[in-house]
Amino acid sequence: MSMPFYVSPEQSMKDKADYARKGIARGRSAVVLQYDGGILLVADNMSRTLHKISELYDRVAFAAVGRGNEFENLRLGGVRYADAHGYAYDRRDVTGRMLANAYAQTLGTVFSESNKPWEVEIVVAEVGDDADSDQIYRITFDGSVADEKGLVGMGGSAEAVTNALKERFDPAAPLSEALSAAMYALSHEQHERRELDAANLEVAVLERAREHRKFRRIRGARLERLIEEARAADGAPASGAGGASAGDGAEDAENGA
Amino acid sequence: MSEAFEGGRLPAAYMNPGMSSFTEFLGAVHPDLLPNWRDLPQASGAHQLTPDATTIVALTFPGGVVLAGDRRATAGNVIANRDMEKLFRADEFSAVAIAGSAGIGIELARLYQVELEHYEKRESRPLSLEGKANRLANMLRGNLGLAMQGFVVVPLLVGYDEARGIGRIFSYDPVGGRYEEQRYHSIGSGSVFAKGSLKKLFTDDLTEAQAVEAAVQSLYDAAEDDSATGGPDLHRKIYPLVDIVTEEGYRRLPTDEVARVAETVVAGRAERPDGPIAPLS
Repeated sequence: MSMPFYVSPEQSMKDKADYARKGIARGRSAVVLQYDGGILLVADNMSRTLHKISELYDRVAFAAVGRGNEFENLRLGGVRYADAHGYAYDRRDVTGRMLANAYAQTLGTVFSESNKPWEVEIVVAEVGDDADSDQIYRITFDGSVADEKGLVGMGGSAEAVTNALKERFDPAAPLSEALSAAMYALSHEQHERRELDAANLEVAVLERAREHRKFRRIRGARLERLIEEARAADGAPASGAGGASAGDGAEDAENGA
Repeated sequence: MSEAFEGGRLPAAYMNPGMSSFTEFLGAVHPDLLPNWRDLPQASGAHQLTPDATTIVALTFPGGVVLAGDRRATAGNVIANRDMEKLFRADEFSAVAIAGSAGIGIELARLYQVELEHYEKRESRPLSLEGKANRLANMLRGNLGLAMQGFVVVPLLVGYDEARGIGRIFSYDPVGGRYEEQRYHSIGSGSVFAKGSLKKLFTDDLTEAQAVEAAVQSLYDAAEDDSATGGPDLHRKIYPLVDIVTEEGYRRLPTDEVARVAETVVAGRAERPDGPIAPLS
């Protein structure tokens, strides 16, 4: 008689965690950080149409790395959950904490109950009335939630990216300097320095001053201009602030979702 | 509702792809939240359970469209509400207003807002203006059962067509018939008078400010001849609501700006109670 093959729970969890980490490490990175006007989300993403960053609700955005079909399911679930909750109660009752919890429960259940854990790591960011009430939650493949202060790096080389981001992070920096910091951080992928440009960056912001829906994608000509400014700010960090915000207001027309 | 997940995780229905429609999703997951899916017992006079929202006007101008509505809601001969809001931002490039059973209309507008936004978030692009108009027709059709019992509600949709660079107006009937209106339109109890007024005031080359003034004038005319339509209430500072949709997107005209227009209109009527004269030929 053959004995069923026994695997200890510790070993099984460890194997699943290793599997998920390896899967996530294959993908490119993303960063989320505060800037003087809200929260900036930047992902290293070659595709224009398959998004890693998206809007969940009025003040809440979503960023993810890892396996696309899996985080797309999570994004969809979050949008539906937020819309249903906001419709049943009120728009103000939809919070980032609530969505982060729903994601954590979902990922936690998938991790412990199914053979294959989801190879994803996500961030739920909520912009508040002031910088102190901003919330950034990072949820990992096993369903653990961390309340991050100011910045998060995740994905392929999360540690290198996060460390690089910390070097240049300033929560009171204008958008172009924040983007410059994000690009600097994302260029530390896989132990090599990569040159990033508009074609492989996905950029969005949660703008505190914006009415109703705070989420806005930055792309096309506007993104290219902002990258120019970011490069200029990079060259002369001390004088960056004045020139950087000058172009922002006039470019609002190009804000289709 | 949604908190009662089994084991805390999002149920499968939240995660499976498929429906882009929020209404359909809600119908599958929380049918109790949908306004129009409840069976009502047959009863006469049931329509008196909710007040009636009254007159709405809309007119286009080069580069956009203006939507305006009075603030009154009536229940029979009683003024049920003198500062009701019947105009709603539908999304960045459209606005919707309702006339008829207020309780149902407001809920319909709220659901429609979520419906458009949900689609946009899901698909990463907004619906076309025609798509939005058809979607509203479809949702209205779901209200047919209630309409047959007297809870009639009709919306008026205005939007900026980004593809064509113009403002457009869509009207509806209670069964979900969708009709595109040219230049101007009005719905609700005072619509006959408002439309007559707009007919004389409208020209193809109105500026945005003139279009707003024409809208307020037509609402004043409606209020004069229809008891269910409220005129500008200068003492209580209750003015019509005015929404404008252009290339720049949706915007509600701030109260002080509407106040200025309303005061001009009311002052003009002190001079000439019947309002502006259209040239005879």
